[in-house]
Amino acid sequence: MIALLLRDLRLAVRAGGGFGLGLAFFLIVVVLVPFGVGPEAEILSRIAPGILWVASLLAALLSLDRIFALDYEDGALALIATSPLPLEGAAFVKALAHWITTGLPLTLAAPALGFLLNLKPDAYWFLFISLALGTPALSMIGTFGAALTVGLRRGGLLMSLLVLPLYVPTLIFGAETVRRGAEGLTTTTPLVMVAGITAGVFAFLPFATAAALRINLR
Amino acid sequence: MSLWEYANPKKFMSFTAPILPVVTVAALVCLVSGLVWGFFFTPEDYRQGSTVKIFYIHVPSALMAINAWFMMLVASLIWLIRRHHVSALAAKAAAPVGIVMTLIALVTGAIWGQPMWGTWWAWDPRLTSFLILFLFYLGYVALWAAIDDPDTAADLTSVLCIVGSVFAVLSRYAVNFWNQGLHQGASLSMDAEENVADIFWYPALVAIAGFVLLFIALVLLRTRTEIRLRRIRALETRARRS
Amino acid sequence: MGMELVVTDLGCARGGVPLLQGVNFRLHEGEALVLRGANGIGKTTLLRTLAGLQPPLGGTIDCPEDQSAYASHADGIKAQLTVRENLDFWASVHGTEVHEGVFQAFDLVELRDRFAGTLSAGQKRRLGLARLGVIGRKILFLDEPTVSLDRFSVKLFADFLKEQHLAKGGIAVIATHIDLGLEAPEIDLEPFRAAYDAGGSSDEAFL
Repeated sequence: MIALLLRDLRLAVRAGGGFGLGLAFFLIVVVLVPFGVGPEAEILSRIAPGILWVASLLAALLSLDRIFALDYEDGALALIATSPLPLEGAAFVKALAHWITTGLPLTLAAPALGFLLNLKPDAYWFLFISLALGTPALSMIGTFGAALTVGLRRGGLLMSLLVLPLYVPTLIFGAETVRRGAEGLTTTTPLVMVAGITAGVFAFLPFATAAALRINLR
Repeated sequence: MSLWEYANPKKFMSFTAPILPVVTVAALVCLVSGLVWGFFFTPEDYRQGSTVKIFYIHVPSALMAINAWFMMLVASLIWLIRRHHVSALAAKAAAPVGIVMTLIALVTGAIWGQPMWGTWWAWDPRLTSFLILFLFYLGYVALWAAIDDPDTAADLTSVLCIVGSVFAVLSRYAVNFWNQGLHQGASLSMDAEENVADIFWYPALVAIAGFVLLFIALVLLRTRTEIRLRRIRALETRARRS
Repeated sequence: MGMELVVTDLGCARGGVPLLQGVNFRLHEGEALVLRGANGIGKTTLLRTLAGLQPPLGGTIDCPEDQSAYASHADGIKAQLTVRENLDFWASVHGTEVHEGVFQAFDLVELRDRFAGTLSAGQKRRLGLARLGVIGRKILFLDEPTVSLDRFSVKLFADFLKEQHLAKGGIAVIATHIDLGLEAPEIDLEPFRAAYDAGGSSDEAFL
């Protein structure tokens, strides 16, 4: 399993755009929003939690279709399926690799981008912690969506349609954590929910992902 | 003689052929009588006036929107566990009906909301949940449409339906939490049940029965169509090979 | 009594359509079987079924657990990894190690540190086949292993199969159109072509 993780990370680095692309996309969305909304600091600081969360969600979505598509096309997925590595483990590792290449850099960069949107100082910590707890769920749910659509020629758009509704609870609780943090309210409930969703998703979705992969490999 | 015998497509076809017209007629009778009773023979609400009468369409369609998904979930589980083709096709057949029910619930909700809240759309937790449910339906139908092989499509949509159900429930909870976070104390709930007198309730029950029967009739009709399409496909495959 | 691969009355299908039925064979340690048959008869489907990638329509496959490997022309080579890294990955997935002999057996010694993306088609095939020498599996299901190999490389691969694999008690089922020079029995799949109304099809319930 570690071998697969290392290989995926190495491929992401060498193929270029693995780490950088999602981050650049995140930056662009965050920069574009004030152009659309207007420069008033007050409005921006009110919508900043939502923007940062929606932008990181879209950035995570961007690279999902590459999770299995390349391995499916060059046959590596079939070889992994016949190897001693359980497909459930492979699904877990794929999600983890996706998180390390997109979710983790986003989490680290988000506070810096919070400045651009006049995020309230109190909220930085909550932004960081909610993204750190929530983005792994985005990667795992996305991996499931990628597994469902891996056999399709133009699965990318369909995958967005399947995955985005599944992102709703994570988004709501994640952004709510930051909003409450910014207003100085207690954040325990949404934060626990974000962590709970991530834990639940990593406990169950690898099985659903592996099932979808087996069906698509048939 | 087991219930599962009706999962055989041929058995299902011959069994449902006489049932379908009966259910259709019953659905029409219930719908027409329930709606006419509700629209013309009940007093107007002292606060909401005649607008309250959209209740007779809104509540039954909303109920069916959720129950259609639930039926798809059960049918998907049966397909995954027992591999009965009729079950998978019934789930496929129910999805567009569920979409229409969700749309009706959303549109009537918006129309009802206009006089009540002074706006066509409010991010009321219930309306929002239905919007999310609508997205789930769209994804499910799109996945069916995207996959060529019928068995693969049935398998993958079933997996999606099960995972989607969990997330739909989670979304419902999340949306409740999210809106309560926005407007604390403000109640925009359209929950009419608590203060509905019997005089409104009886025609509503008839309308609900009408919607249930309509749903059954439409799903039966569409399942029969899907079975025939599948049979055509099977015959074509055989003709090509022989 | 060593390892055995026993296939009994096997049927397999592609896309719900039965292709083959009633396939029987039994292979002992050190034996190979060559599959023959026209394009589209179901060689690939049979091999994928044997490898466990898809469920059989009927019959049984008696195969020691975790001993089989599948290889087709899509051999999962990553262009951004070097030859050695590609092999290292498959070795560690299978819990084995890459021996120097593998590079020699497949004439990859000088290509060892080249990125796989810079290899020619034939060199890539040799790398893909070298995976079989790395993962230490005893039962190989090979689908057209010699595609895009020149005569010299075909000989390398045939030698590998004979000396490194079969001679050490391995088993191989190979779909190929060329003569590998193995003294292996051949099985023509034509007689096993499924009848157009063969059972087990996913359409069956609708006819």
